[in-house]
Amino acid sequence: MGVLESADVVLEVANLGKSFPGVQALAGVFFRLRRGEVHAVVGENGAGKSTFMRLLAGLETPDDGEIRFRGRPVRLRHPHAARQLGVAMIHQELMPFLDLTVAENILMGRERTRGPFGWVDRAAQRREAQRLLRQLDVPVSPDCRMRELGVAEMQAVEIARAIGCRAEVMIMDEPTSALSERETRALFRVMGDLRRQGGAIIYISHRLEEVFELADTVTVLRDGRHVVTGPVTAFSRQSLIESMVGPPKPQIAEPRPRIAGVFGGHGRAAGEPDRAANARPAEDAAALVVRGLSRAGAFADVSFAVHRGEIVGLTGLVGAGRTELAQALFGLVEAEAGEVRVHGVAVRLRSPRQAIDHGIALLTEDRKRDGLVLTMSVMHNLTLSGLDRCSRGGWINGRREEAVADALIADFGVRIAHREQSTGTLSGGNQQKVALGKALLPDPDIVILDEPTRGIDVGAKAEIYGLIRRLAQSGKAILLNSSELPEVLALSDRILVMRQGRLSAALDPRRATPAEILHWAMPE
Amino acid sequence: MHPRNIRPWLARYGLLLALVGISLALSLAKPGFLTVSNLINVIRQISINGILAVGVTYVLLTGGVDLSLGSLVALSGVAAACWAHPGEYPVVVPVLIGVLAGALCGAANGAVITWGRVAPFIVTLGMMTVARGLALVISGGRPVSNLSRAFTTLGSADLLGIPVPALILAAVALASHLCLRHLRVGRYVYAVGGNEFAARASGINVVGVKLFAYTVCGACAGLAGVVLASRITTGQPNAGLAYELDAIAAVVIGGTSLSGGVGGVGGTLLGALLMGVINNGLDLLNVSSYYQQIVKGLIIVGAVWLDKRSTK
Repeated sequence: MGVLESADVVLEVANLGKSFPGVQALAGVFFRLRRGEVHAVVGENGAGKSTFMRLLAGLETPDDGEIRFRGRPVRLRHPHAARQLGVAMIHQELMPFLDLTVAENILMGRERTRGPFGWVDRAAQRREAQRLLRQLDVPVSPDCRMRELGVAEMQAVEIARAIGCRAEVMIMDEPTSALSERETRALFRVMGDLRRQGGAIIYISHRLEEVFELADTVTVLRDGRHVVTGPVTAFSRQSLIESMVGPPKPQIAEPRPRIAGVFGGHGRAAGEPDRAANARPAEDAAALVVRGLSRAGAFADVSFAVHRGEIVGLTGLVGAGRTELAQALFGLVEAEAGEVRVHGVAVRLRSPRQAIDHGIALLTEDRKRDGLVLTMSVMHNLTLSGLDRCSRGGWINGRREEAVADALIADFGVRIAHREQSTGTLSGGNQQKVALGKALLPDPDIVILDEPTRGIDVGAKAEIYGLIRRLAQSGKAILLNSSELPEVLALSDRILVMRQGRLSAALDPRRATPAEILHWAMPE
Repeated sequence: MHPRNIRPWLARYGLLLALVGISLALSLAKPGFLTVSNLINVIRQISINGILAVGVTYVLLTGGVDLSLGSLVALSGVAAACWAHPGEYPVVVPVLIGVLAGALCGAANGAVITWGRVAPFIVTLGMMTVARGLALVISGGRPVSNLSRAFTTLGSADLLGIPVPALILAAVALASHLCLRHLRVGRYVYAVGGNEFAARASGINVVGVKLFAYTVCGACAGLAGVVLASRITTGQPNAGLAYELDAIAAVVIGGTSLSGGVGGVGGTLLGALLMGVINNGLDLLNVSSYYQQIVKGLIIVGAVWLDKRSTK
């Protein structure tokens, strides 16, 4: 890198690293951002993009490495520090103040005031907001309430706010995911203007065609590590996907014998005939059949079947509608069209109770939010969805409940001091085992697992994989929804890929490669 | 004791310890405190607040709140009194009418909160005014008097030396303890308060559980209203002002979390008892009732503050 060019560098990152308990989220990341540049950061789910952005925006502090702003090392201990330096994050979930006006939002924290008591000068506020909006060529009135705006307009207001703060670096995390085509065009125009005015933009997106259209430079992250950086013209869609996925790993190429071997005799050994290749039983015999299931804004026209003893992997990008589909199959949200058949009988799933009564179980995506009652003991959580098994006429039989809980604790290998222990104090892996035991107590035939190993350490992951295998061997039909490709490849008998709410492919895990899956997962 | 073990121990028995300590101090300062007649006086005084507090424990455990209790006390007292004139009906009729009036209002609270999705604070605030208004309408704004001996005996008589209101409180508390600890619906009350989403995903009928909690709470308020009417021998449409606050205070002092899911009837009883003992002690010490209010307020905040620190 020449000395002359370095004057343009706004933000530079060297050897950046961050770990969370049990996970190295980011390690050895190098990054350089110039004035007037749109720099795309791409990678699979969990590649570390979000962690990287959070570090740059001051939402997390790094463990290793250095962030230099205009050549000076800086420490970003909180978002405010980043803002003061001129780094602004435009984030979907960064909720604006919906009931305040556009002008009030743009000038939040920097109000134009008069006099010693901080009297807000509304006229001055309007003028300043109007100036910023006009600069961005956004046709929004400063007097409009935020609530009345569309998503794209809200983002434009956020950008106006960022420019008002003299932000030189703007971080945009999946800004187009909720936008229509027209709104996307409008946003790109704004970004183009910003670039011409010398702003620098870090752009995170799963939509590779947008990356090719918009970005000057691309950085690829994989497993929290920096893979490659180069001008966008140096890549093709195919080569970009390949560097996101990485070279084929041996354990992914031959996953099934390895896992079967760990759990001894009953496993399907490598030489056993492959069921996926054999003639499939008629669809009527399937435990779960889904036909044309749709829900506006979440998923559309989804059809598939899961048979007894089969693990069907469901994968795709985050936000593809997989979790909503899992929730619809458990009655947590209602599908608007289509049909679900359990053992050949059409069922209506309007509440989790009905789903449980039809023999369906769901391990929810977020165990802390809707999986466990953390204020309750391990025993009380385990028995919560199957209290009818240890009670008569509404009266809980304490001994019976203890026996049921102890059996689940042993079966699922939950490591605790005592069954009365509070669930909130357990490690993520142990909590997940409790959640799994709780979901499985009613002895379901159909088990839906939504991100079963999210946020748990490697050892607990292996144990959960073993449990999933055992469940399939005991004849349960399993739908494994996971963003982790190695997991889906290793465990599934078949893989379904979801893209923007629709099934885009059904693949054979013995032949599918991560690159192929990603190809089907990425928006067209 | 090992210092590491003292925190959970304190969290569990701290309230009992405080109660014993304060009682000891009072009995040293005033020999009149630790006498049978005075202690019976204390439990008589806490009976009504105790019944209300046990009822509102259900609601607080689900993570809700009920501000209408005081008005329900007045309404059910008036309703019961209207049916309690001498020579008309057997005594169970006015009692049942009073409890039913409270239960219906509680169920109405629960219905609007669950199906209407209106915040419990607002719904029960509305019920507070509506029930008060109903009590005034039914009674014509005047106390309903001329009640049968059988009815007024409820509030004044003793059984085996123990006041009947205290026995009623004991029965309500015992039944509630059994319900919350040993019945499925009781377990679901804790689950809904601890994590409503997880409760729903566990197949629990969240709406039903909340309706149950508000109805039981209303029924307890109805019962408290009957006891009060019997004790003061009139149905008073202006009775029970701000009773809900004392009841909620007792529950909170007893360690039940306002965000739901944690606590129980045992703590609530201790909380009510602690408030009663302190009131009684301050009376004995001739502290003016003005100062008593200040002390009560400080105790409420202090108890919760200590509870937070010991469970952290």
